[in-house]
Amino acid sequence: MSAAGTAPDPPVLRMRGISKSFLGGRVLHGVDLDLHPGEVHALVGENGAGKSTLMKILAGVHRADGGTVELSGERVSFEHPVQAQRAGVSTVFQEFNLLPERSVAENVYLGREPRRGGRVDAHRMAADTDRLLDELGVSGISARTRVGSLSVAEQQIVEVAKALSHDARIISMDEPTSALAGHEVELLYALVGRLRERGVAVLYVSHRLTEVFDLCERITVLKDGERAGTVDADETTSAELIRMMVGRSISAFFPEPVEGTAPGPVRLEVADGGNEHLDGITLRARGGEIVGLAGLQGSGRTELAHALFGLRRFTRGEMWVDGRRVVLRSPHRAVRAGVALVTEDRKTEGLALNQSVLANGRLVLDAVMGVRAGERARRLPGLFSSLELVHRDSAQEVRYLSGGNQQKVVLAKWLATDPGVIVLDEPTRGIDVGAKRAVYTLVRRLAASGVAIILISSELTEVLGLADRTLVLHDGRIAGELPGGASEEAVMALATGHGHPTEVP
Amino acid sequence: MTVSVAASTPASALGTVRSGLGRMGTTGVVYLALVGIVAAGTAVAALNGQNLLATANLVDTLTRSSLLGFIAVGQTLVILCRSLDLSVGYVVALSSVVAATTMAGDPARIWLGVVAVLAVSALIGLVNGLVITKLRVNAFIATLGMGLVIKGYLDTLYQGPAGEVPVAFQVFGYTRVGVLPLSTAVLIVVAVLAIVFLRATRTGYHMYAVGGDAEVARMSGIRVDRPVITAHVLCSVAAGVAGLLIAARFGTGSSLVYGSGYELESIAAVVLGGTYLLGGRGGVAGTVAGVLILAVLDTLFNVVGVDPFFKDVLRGVIVITAVAIYARRGGGTAHPPRFSRGAHQRPPAPDAPPGTGAGPAAEHRPDTTRPARDPTATAKDHADPAGRGGRT
Repeated sequence: MSAAGTAPDPPVLRMRGISKSFLGGRVLHGVDLDLHPGEVHALVGENGAGKSTLMKILAGVHRADGGTVELSGERVSFEHPVQAQRAGVSTVFQEFNLLPERSVAENVYLGREPRRGGRVDAHRMAADTDRLLDELGVSGISARTRVGSLSVAEQQIVEVAKALSHDARIISMDEPTSALAGHEVELLYALVGRLRERGVAVLYVSHRLTEVFDLCERITVLKDGERAGTVDADETTSAELIRMMVGRSISAFFPEPVEGTAPGPVRLEVADGGNEHLDGITLRARGGEIVGLAGLQGSGRTELAHALFGLRRFTRGEMWVDGRRVVLRSPHRAVRAGVALVTEDRKTEGLALNQSVLANGRLVLDAVMGVRAGERARRLPGLFSSLELVHRDSAQEVRYLSGGNQQKVVLAKWLATDPGVIVLDEPTRGIDVGAKRAVYTLVRRLAASGVAIILISSELTEVLGLADRTLVLHDGRIAGELPGGASEEAVMALATGHGHPTEVP
Repeated sequence: MTVSVAASTPASALGTVRSGLGRMGTTGVVYLALVGIVAAGTAVAALNGQNLLATANLVDTLTRSSLLGFIAVGQTLVILCRSLDLSVGYVVALSSVVAATTMAGDPARIWLGVVAVLAVSALIGLVNGLVITKLRVNAFIATLGMGLVIKGYLDTLYQGPAGEVPVAFQVFGYTRVGVLPLSTAVLIVVAVLAIVFLRATRTGYHMYAVGGDAEVARMSGIRVDRPVITAHVLCSVAAGVAGLLIAARFGTGSSLVYGSGYELESIAAVVLGGTYLLGGRGGVAGTVAGVLILAVLDTLFNVVGVDPFFKDVLRGVIVITAVAIYARRGGGTAHPPRFSRGAHQRPPAPDAPPGTGAGPAAEHRPDTTRPARDPTATAKDHADPAGRGGRT
């Protein structure tokens, strides 16, 4: 490879022909990527397209099978994340590498605490951290604050400060906004701006195209482990990007309702429900209906799901399932009443990852159905195939499945109990575009079978594209109800507390 | 450790106390509890016509605490690393035997005995640490096994008291300055050294890191085995010092003291002192208070003449209660409630934008009613910096 300096603007990172396989499956094939100082470069693609793997190779978590990585013209090969950090390549993963019980400074300098005369120089550590936070334009976080007391957005800032303390020239961020609330996203934008001013190259991995267009100058699209192209953000559109990612147009994205789906009897009704996070919740869902629940992060969406499922029950108001009044003191009772909750966090709350597909499918049956469990479990293989679950056999451990297939196991687990009401909390989080569509189709089919569906999602397009009507939450209350096909603007107005609630029909 | 407590709302007196405790930190609470128990104990003893703070009782309390103190300080380091040492009781017994048999009544061999004890106990700790980190044997099993090995050795070779401790060394067991026994003074020195070690050395910092999240520590370039091994060596050495103290008090090696249950009592003292049993949070200062609480209670029970079996019941209840309280105080970012649990609140008038004006909603904003803790929040609360489900 020729030395840097021949090109007018030498890239700080040059990846060429990166390839990687896991257990014989090819994940990356001949991928090229250039980053220039001060550039914000987006990396987009379906999950499974190889974004994470490419990022992890850059971070030193994985080693590439083939290809070269050059930093400012110098060939490098990282075997450990610490090597990459020392070379100026830092990564902010979705799962933060922070110790909640330790202070901000202790986290920023973890593993390389400054010393004076053999003792850790806590004073200098705090001062340096405060200076870094200052440079990032952050106020309100002190170096001595315990990290566990910070919000997710603030913890992200700590991660970035940690990266800068390594004099990072390249910072890659994995889905940085996935856990942020609306106003926190602004903070992140400002942060990325500061990094750009400092001449740091930012590799921005995201599903959210709005952000990609807001922040990035160039966009590299990965598809099936290969680079589908690198484009200037100014010269492309989101439709074009989606086409490059999936090869199909966006209008075909949300399936139409299954023919013959008609609203049936009311299966779920809540009158004036409330607890310490919610108040005045009145809603009604008929069989065959998909009721969307929208709202900003922290508006009470997940709390409502938990209340409907008896995790944090309503302490006020009344609730009926299939016409019977129920007081759901525990998830056990909720399941018996015919309510199912597909949780937001599939890996820790939805699945026993190191158990088999079949064992996971039986989880709820065994817990709640008692003697009838065996009989119902016989339907599981049928359910698996009707969900088009891709698995080796029913003894395969769930952790080896892809995100989309894991979600299908969760759904099968619930469908085996014949629920009347299914609450879906972020059902497509972290699964790729193709698998999302499969989930959407499934939701439609469930509705057609007469189940009442409550669909919670932070992706507005998803709620609006699927739901027959949408309830918008704001500060723990229902701010209003919108019919299917409402505009994103209408939802946002209610969600931010600026809209006028419409009358419930 | 709740940080922001806005003092504006008409909080109940209880709420104020709670938020005050919240600001204090667990160690402060433990010392407050110690003061409370001493005060209550003094009152109870006075009702029985006794003085808990009489010199004899104070000496008794301090003497009692020093033995457990050494073991518990060591155990703290191990537990901070998310490990455990169940062999300490056996190390104490072995150390007393090694000390007494090496010294063999000869004042000139005192130092030899001390060095031998420290070397043997350090070696045991090293083996514990290596087995746990390199062979990846669960700490519970590894140290239990080590304890059994030592027990077998002692039972085979030493049926009763062994060796003899010279009178010159017995001063370690009996000398005192005023009410302060020499052994307690040594314990204080050891505890201070341990605190400095945790607060001012990289290894100390890394113990918290490894105990808090080994993967985070590893990704930050920490060689995660080292703090764990160091903690085990130091813990065993501390148990060795406790063994020296036993030898000095009894004047001979007592192989059977392993039956005294020091390993579990030390763990109880550590968690009573506010250290999280799963590592990463806590410290030696709290442990010292935990040890003192147990010692004060023991003295009190003796003074008042409580049935020894009931004594254990009370101690058990106290330890469990304490840990339950710490668990509720919790560390994580609990999601603050927005509305009260019981009373019904009227939703805002339909034409007012919800929650903007002065309605009932404004009073119940999270920023004004930041609670000391959320009773319904669990460790896996979704407000935890989660959003972690979305990775493939």
